[in-house]
Amino acid sequence: MSAEARIEVDFAASAAAQVKRPSAIGRMLRHRSVIIGGVILIVMLLIALTAPLLGTMDPARIDPTMRNKVPGTEVSLRQDDGSRLVRTAWLGTDSLGRDVYSRVLYGTRVSLIVGLSVAAISVSIGLLIGLIAGYIRWVDAVVMRVMDGLMAIPGILLAIALVSLWGAGLGTVIIAIVVPEVPRVVRLVRSVVLTIREEPYVEAAISVGTPLPLILVRHIMPNTVAPLIVQGTFICASAILVEAILSFLGIGIPTEIPTWGNIMAEGRTVFRVYPHNILYPGIFLSLTVLAINIMGDGMRDTLDPRMSKRV
Amino acid sequence: MNDSVPVLEVAGLSVELPSGADRKFAIEAMSFQVRPREIVCLVGESGSGKSVAAFTVMGLLPKALRPVAGRIALAGEDLLSAPPERLRDLRGSRMGMIFQEPMTALNPVMTCGAQIDEVLAVHTSLDPAARRARILDIMNQVRLPEPERLIDAYPHQLSGGQRQRIMIAMALVLEPALLIADEPTTALDVTTQAQILELIKDLQRDHATGVLFITHDFGVVAEIAHRVAVMQWGKLVEFGTTEDVLKRPRHPYTKMLISSVPGIVPRHRPRPETARPTVLKTEALGKTYADAAWFRKSRTVKAAESVSIEVRRGETLGIVGESGSGKSTVARCVARLIEPSAGRIWLAGDDIAGLSAGRLRPHRRKIQIVFQDPYRSLNPRRTVGESIVEGPMNYGLGRAEALARARSLMETVRLDPGSLDRYPHQFSGGQRQRICIARALAMEPELLIADEAVSALDVSVQAQVLELLDDIRQKLDLAMLFITHDLRVAAQVCDYVAVMSQGQVVEYGTAPQVFGAPRHDYTKALFAAAPGRNWEFGKFAAG
Amino acid sequence: MLAFVVRRLLATVPVLAMVAVFVFLMLRLTPGDPAAVIAGDNAMPDQVEAIRQKLGLDEPIVTQFFIWIGKALQGDFGESFFFKKTVAELIAQRIEPTVALAIVTLLLSVAIAVPLGVIAAYRQDSWVDRTVMAFSVMGFSVPVFVIGYLLIYVFAIQLGVLPVQGYRPIGQGLWPFFERLILPSFTLSVVFVALIARITRASMLEVMNEDYIRTARAKGLPERTVLLRHGLRNAAVPIVTVIGIGLAVLIGGVVVTESVYGIPGLGRLTIDAVLGRDYPTIQAVILLFSFAYVLINLAIDLIYVLLDPRIRY
Repeated sequence: MSAEARIEVDFAASAAAQVKRPSAIGRMLRHRSVIIGGVILIVMLLIALTAPLLGTMDPARIDPTMRNKVPGTEVSLRQDDGSRLVRTAWLGTDSLGRDVYSRVLYGTRVSLIVGLSVAAISVSIGLLIGLIAGYIRWVDAVVMRVMDGLMAIPGILLAIALVSLWGAGLGTVIIAIVVPEVPRVVRLVRSVVLTIREEPYVEAAISVGTPLPLILVRHIMPNTVAPLIVQGTFICASAILVEAILSFLGIGIPTEIPTWGNIMAEGRTVFRVYPHNILYPGIFLSLTVLAINIMGDGMRDTLDPRMSKRV
Repeated sequence: MNDSVPVLEVAGLSVELPSGADRKFAIEAMSFQVRPREIVCLVGESGSGKSVAAFTVMGLLPKALRPVAGRIALAGEDLLSAPPERLRDLRGSRMGMIFQEPMTALNPVMTCGAQIDEVLAVHTSLDPAARRARILDIMNQVRLPEPERLIDAYPHQLSGGQRQRIMIAMALVLEPALLIADEPTTALDVTTQAQILELIKDLQRDHATGVLFITHDFGVVAEIAHRVAVMQWGKLVEFGTTEDVLKRPRHPYTKMLISSVPGIVPRHRPRPETARPTVLKTEALGKTYADAAWFRKSRTVKAAESVSIEVRRGETLGIVGESGSGKSTVARCVARLIEPSAGRIWLAGDDIAGLSAGRLRPHRRKIQIVFQDPYRSLNPRRTVGESIVEGPMNYGLGRAEALARARSLMETVRLDPGSLDRYPHQFSGGQRQRICIARALAMEPELLIADEAVSALDVSVQAQVLELLDDIRQKLDLAMLFITHDLRVAAQVCDYVAVMSQGQVVEYGTAPQVFGAPRHDYTKALFAAAPGRNWEFGKFAAG
Repeated sequence: MLAFVVRRLLATVPVLAMVAVFVFLMLRLTPGDPAAVIAGDNAMPDQVEAIRQKLGLDEPIVTQFFIWIGKALQGDFGESFFFKKTVAELIAQRIEPTVALAIVTLLLSVAIAVPLGVIAAYRQDSWVDRTVMAFSVMGFSVPVFVIGYLLIYVFAIQLGVLPVQGYRPIGQGLWPFFERLILPSFTLSVVFVALIARITRASMLEVMNEDYIRTARAKGLPERTVLLRHGLRNAAVPIVTVIGIGLAVLIGGVVVTESVYGIPGLGRLTIDAVLGRDYPTIQAVILLFSFAYVLINLAIDLIYVLLDPRIRY
C-alpha cells in the first residue's frame, strides 16, 4: 500500500465508514464524461430510430443527373410518380447522385446495431468461458491455449480474413468482429476470478460448505460486472470502428446498405474535389465513437478505479 | 552541538483534513520536543494521526493535508515557512527517515549501493571513490555482512532485516540531527525487530542523533524510548518520560491502552480433572510446494514437515512462529483450504487429509476458521446477515431458523442483533472480526481455527476480541487452534503451545512449560527477542 | 541466460502452432471445395485437380495440415492464381514498404507519447494533463482513414507541401523515401501515441504512489531525478508491454493506411487478395503478420530482464 493511501486508510478505519456513500451507479451517472457521452449517444440513437422522419429520402435512390453536388446545393429530384421534388442537399450528393444527408442518417442504424450486438455477444460468451476457465484448472489449460492463439492474430486481420471467407453481410461482419474480442473478455474475467478466489471471504465460503457453482455466482461473478460494463463499452466503440474500416475497404457490409464506411468508400475516388463524402460520415463516426469512449472512461473512473491502469 | 536547543520542536501544530473527513484536523494543537541524543516515541492506535505528524515534519504530506497552525523547528530553523528547495536540502542531510515496509521502500530496479550513493551525490561534492568509501563505511556500521558484495545487490536479493539496514544506512549516512522512524520494525519478525531496535539505539548514541520513533507497540516503547508522547484522535494526550507514562499514566486513554497490553507470562488456566476427548489430531502432516518446470530444476519448498499436534475439547492449542515458519500452512491444511501432501488429519476419528471435495463436505461443518484481515473476510456486497446464514443454509437449515441463530450469535459476540441487514463497510475492524466469529459459530463447529485473527487489530480492540474468543471456547466447550506470531497474545489464551520454525514443530508443551522453561534454542531466542519482556505492564482502572 | 531465451522461445511454439491451425482451418472449414476456392472463380477443372494433388486434399485433414505447414515453413505458400506469381515472391516484393512504415511510426510514436505521458502524470489534473487525455481519447475514436484523408487534404492538397500518396524505396534517395512516409507515419501514429501516452501516464501515476518514491523524496532528491530515475524507470515494464501488444493495433492500421496512401505493402496486398478471393495469399499474410507479432512480443519479454532485475531467468 502506498504512503498516501495508508494515511487515508488510517482515517477511513477509525471513521468506521458510518457515512452512507452514494452507490457506484449513482456516482457513475453523475460523472461529467458519462453525462456528455450519454447525451451524444442518446441523440445518435434517436437519429437511428427516427431517420425516416428527419427530412430524409430513400438513401439508395440514384439520380444520375444530380451527381457530385456540393453541400447546400438546391437539387431537384425525380419522384416515383414522375414529379420533381426540389430541396436543399445539406451534405451534398455522391457520385451516383444519392443524398449524403439521408445516407449518413440511415448509416447510424448499422453502426449502432454492430456496436451493441458485438459488445453484448462478446461479453456474454467471454463471461461464460472466463468463469469456467478461472475455476477449473484443466479447462483453463485448454481454453487459454486457444485464446492465446486467437490473440496472436491481430484483430482487424482476423476479422478481414473471416469476412473474406464467410462473405459480406451484417451477420458475418458482427461475428467476424466478435471472434477477436472474445479472448480479451475471457482474460479479463479470468483475471478477476483468479484474484477474487484468493480473497478470505471466498475461502470462508468454501469452509462453510458453499458449493462451487454458488461460489462462482454469489461471490465471484458480481465482481466481474463493473469491469465488464467498462470493457463492453470499449468493445462497442472499437466494433463500430472496425465495421467502418471493413466497409471502407470494401469488404464489409454490402455497398447497397448505407453505412458510414460505405459512404466514405464510395467517396474515395472523388475525394480531391468533393471531400464532403468523407468529411460528414467521418464526423458522425468519430463523434459516436468518441461519445462511447468518454462514457467508458467515466464509467471506469467511478466503477473500477483500479482498472484505470489498463488501456 | 548545543544540547539546550531541541533538534525538533513542534509547537501548537495543527494539520487540516480535507472537508468530508470524519474530523476537521488530522492533528490538532500538538506540541512536543526531541532533544539531542534522545529517543521520543510517538504512540497511538490507527487513525491517531501519528504518521501525519512525521510526514509534516519531513514536508512530505499528501497534497490534501495542510498544516494550518503552529510551528516546526529543526535545530532552531523553522520548517513550515522554509521554501521547498531548503526543505529538500535538509531532507537526507539534516533529517532522515525510515519507513515501515522495507520490502517496498527501496527502489527495486536500483542496486542498494546506488541508492545510498544518491544521498551523497545530491548533498555533498565528494568524488565517486570517496562516496564509495563512505557507503562501505556506513554499511559496516549498520552491521550488514559483506558490504563489498551487498553494495551491488538489488533489494529483492536481501532479507527484510537487511533491507531495513540499508534504509537506516541511507538515512544516517550524512549524520542527520534528526531521524524519524515510522513503525520501522512492524513488518519484521520479532528476532529481526530486536536486532534493528538495538542497532537504532547504538547508532543514535554514537552519532548523538535525536530520534522520533513512531509505533503502536508498547513493548517497543518500553524497549527503546526515553520519552513517550501518546496520541488519540489527533491530539497529544500525554507526554512524559517512559518511566512516568508507562508506570504512572495520568490520562484515561493511556491507562486503557497500557492495561490492554497482553502480559507475556501465561495466564493461569484451570486444568480439567479428566482427560477430554480429542477433536483434532495430525500425524506427520506435511505440505510441499513444487513448481514443476521444463528445462529447469524444479524447486520444492517444504512449507510444513511432519507436524503432529493434538487439540482436545475445551482446550486451546497455540501455534507460534515467525513468518514463513509454516504455522498458517498447518492451519490451512487442517481447514482443508489447501491439500496436505503428507500425513493424516484425524477429525473426531475420521481421516480428512485425502478426502475428495464431495466426501469432505459433511466434515467441513466441524472445522471453522477466522482469518487475519477483517476488511477482506466478509463479502462487501452481502449483508452480514446473509454472510452468517450462508453456511447453515448450505447444510439444509431453513432461512428463518438460520436468521434466528444469527441473531442469537450476534448477541454472543456482543453486537446488536438488529444490525444483521447492514453491510460490512458499516462496521469497524473489531466489529467485523466479531461478525466473522459469529459466522464460524453458526456452523456449530467442533474446532475453531483463529489464523492471526487479532493481529490486524489495535491493541484495545485486540484485548476485547481475545477475551471474547476465550469466553466462547469456554461456554461452547470448543477446541481451538490459535495461530499467532505474537508471544504476548499466545500467553493469554493458550493451554498448549507448539513453536514452529522452518516448517517444523521445534517445541511443544503446556503454555507454562514452554513460556516458563523453554528448552529449544529457537524458542529461547524468540523469547529473548520479545520487546518489553522485562517490563510488567500494569492494569489501571480507567478514569 | 541462454537457457532462459531457449525456454521462452519454446514457450511460444504452442501459440505459433495454434495460429497455424487457425489459419489452416479457416479455409478448410469454409463450405465448398478448397481446391476450387483456391483456384479462384475462373479456374479450369485441370487446374483445380492440380491443386488438389499438390495440397494432398484427398488425404485426411491432419495430413493435409502437416503438408501445408511443412511447405509454409520452407517458405512455400503456394501460388497466387490471382496475381499469377508464387505467394513467396509477392510477399518479398511487398515487405519493404510495410516494414519501413512500421518502424518510422513506432519511433515517432514512442518519441512523442512517452514524454507526453510523463508530463501528464507529473501535472495530474492540470490543463496539460487534460489536454493529453483529451487528445488520447480522440486518438482512439477518430478512425485511421479519416485522419489520413484529413492530413492529405490539408498538407498535400491545400498546402501542397507533401506528396498525396505513393512510395519510394529507400534505395532511390533518402528524401523521396521520407517525404512519402511522413503523412502515413503521422496518420498511423495517432492511435499509437494515444495508447502509449495513456499507459505511460497511468503507469507513472501508479509508480509515483509507491513507497520508494517517498523514500527518494525523503532523501532530498530533486523532483526531476525522482520522476525519471525512480519513476519512469519503474514504469517502463508496463509501457513496453503495451507497445508490444499495441503492435496488433499498428498492424491493423497498416492495412488501412497503405490503402489510403496507395503504398504497395503487405497491408495493401491483404486487401487486394481479399477482393480477389486469393486465399493462399491471405493465409500467408496472416500467418506472417501473426508470427511477427508473436516473435516481437517474445523479444520484448526478453527485454524485461534488462528493465527489471527481479524477473528471474
